[in-house]
Amino acid sequence: MRLLCLLLVAASLIALAIGSESIPAGGIMTAILAKLSGSRTDLTREQEVIIFSLRLPRIALAIGVGAALAMAGAAFQALLRNPLADPYILGVSGGAALGTILAIIFASSLSFGRPLFGFVGAGVATLLVYAMGRRSEDPSKLVLAGIIVSTFLSSIIVLLTALADITGLRNIPMWLLGDLSSGTGEGLLYIFAAVSISVVVLMTQARSLNLMMIGERDAFSLGVDTSRVRWITFLTASLLTGAAVSAGGAIGYVGLVVPHLIRLSSGTDNRLVIPASALAGALLVMLSDTIARTVLAPRELPAGAITALIGAPVFIYLLLRSRLS
Amino acid sequence: MLLEFRDIHFRFSNKSLKDVIDGFSMEVRAGEVVTIIGPNGAGKSSLLAIAHGALKPQKGAVLFEGRPVAGMSRREIAGHMALVSQASDVRFPLTALEYVLTGRFAHAGALGFDSPVDVETSMRALVETDAAQFAQRPFNELSSGERQRVVLARALAQEPRLLLLDEPTANADLSHQISLLSLVKKLTRERNLGAIVVTHEINLASEFGDRVALMKDGRLLACGDPQDALTDSLLSGLFQAQLIVDLHPLSGKPRVSWAVTSDV
Repeated sequence: MRLLCLLLVAASLIALAIGSESIPAGGIMTAILAKLSGSRTDLTREQEVIIFSLRLPRIALAIGVGAALAMAGAAFQALLRNPLADPYILGVSGGAALGTILAIIFASSLSFGRPLFGFVGAGVATLLVYAMGRRSEDPSKLVLAGIIVSTFLSSIIVLLTALADITGLRNIPMWLLGDLSSGTGEGLLYIFAAVSISVVVLMTQARSLNLMMIGERDAFSLGVDTSRVRWITFLTASLLTGAAVSAGGAIGYVGLVVPHLIRLSSGTDNRLVIPASALAGALLVMLSDTIARTVLAPRELPAGAITALIGAPVFIYLLLRSRLS
Repeated sequence: MLLEFRDIHFRFSNKSLKDVIDGFSMEVRAGEVVTIIGPNGAGKSSLLAIAHGALKPQKGAVLFEGRPVAGMSRREIAGHMALVSQASDVRFPLTALEYVLTGRFAHAGALGFDSPVDVETSMRALVETDAAQFAQRPFNELSSGERQRVVLARALAQEPRLLLLDEPTANADLSHQISLLSLVKKLTRERNLGAIVVTHEINLASEFGDRVALMKDGRLLACGDPQDALTDSLLSGLFQAQLIVDLHPLSGKPRVSWAVTSDV
């Protein structure tokens, strides 16, 4: 955990430093300290704008989105007893994306419309997938249900964006792959609110989720109020996905890869997996986004393209393993 | 009285025509093993589910030490009674000790990590079920007999007053069946626990039950000492098969065998 925190801080500094205009990390440190203490910085006016108005909010957004998606993944995996669960694969991100687009079209005047509609969309998609794939003992059935929901939702999204010719929807294809460049101050606020609330809520459920991972029947007889835990976890994971997608688009595989790596390194206890996933997820998305905006600079790639590049092979590996066992 | 079923009526939905449990009353005392036998569909497993509150009867009540189970929280019930059924694979890697530690849920707060007391109680439970050597092994890699002992250890880690065993020995070989039930019997004596054991093995029910309950169509046909409950006529009526009862040469308990009639 401590290592993850340190890595996150170090990576944030590197991410602040590199880009189409590179600024030495040492200078950034002193600039941040100077800003905090209210004195003048040694940077040029242009460098200050790049760091404080462009890169810092974007990095903060990446941290929030990554933490949210990884925690949502860890929560879904425990809830559904399925190591393959991930908000993107389950179609929950698709639901959040559709909700967000509906908010852009119909409720653009509402300041919290995007995260709210995103949350509702994520919740409805979760319920759909849950109803379709929950009872099967085969983990890949749930994934199949998720793919069906995903493709159905994306066709609605395509239809909607084609029909509604609104300026706000121009960047939708890019945003659907995960795009952190269009983050707003409000989006940042919502994502951090969602992450803070969810960390607290999920930590109170972590012990119960440990038992639910063995089986709902077992958990029930061991003293867990399973239906309450199910609802709390489901709502929290939907909140996280809704906030993350409405702010940064549907960045895939974070919720799959991160909790899995954490479990490999430090066991299955959700009291550790959930907060550690939040940190590692933040790290992954921030690094992915840094790669995405620097590798072809000044052109930018969607961050989701980088996470999928890492995540899809991991997913295939997990799928094969669950099939073999 | 440890547990009391008081005129339980239960059906899965109001639309179904027949009660799964149809006016069932029975008592279980501390320190005794009650075995329940009966044909498939008699309602045995439903009865255990009702006992620990997983199913809610439409009529009647289950009382634990005189208090209705319906009014207790999940956590409270889990601190009083433990359910042991067949253990399936766990999908996430878990050691046997971690598995047993989940039994401590009812005694610990929702937050925080396992206390030294939790670990100590769990290890003691593993020792008692002769499974301490598996503590650090992955649960999924244990054989079914070894697993069964770990599952029983988890039940003991709950520190319950009543054990509910739902066909705990199905799919286990004879030596495992005998050792598990001997262990359950020993524990009920030593710790003054009550136990309800649902089983398909009539002879095990006879050997290990202080009392045997015969259940059919959701009703209690008979309940009493093995000698009284396991008679030719009662058993033949229960299973619709011709059964012969004599006495076990060593224990003196009823021994049930079946007869194949020549016209079959």
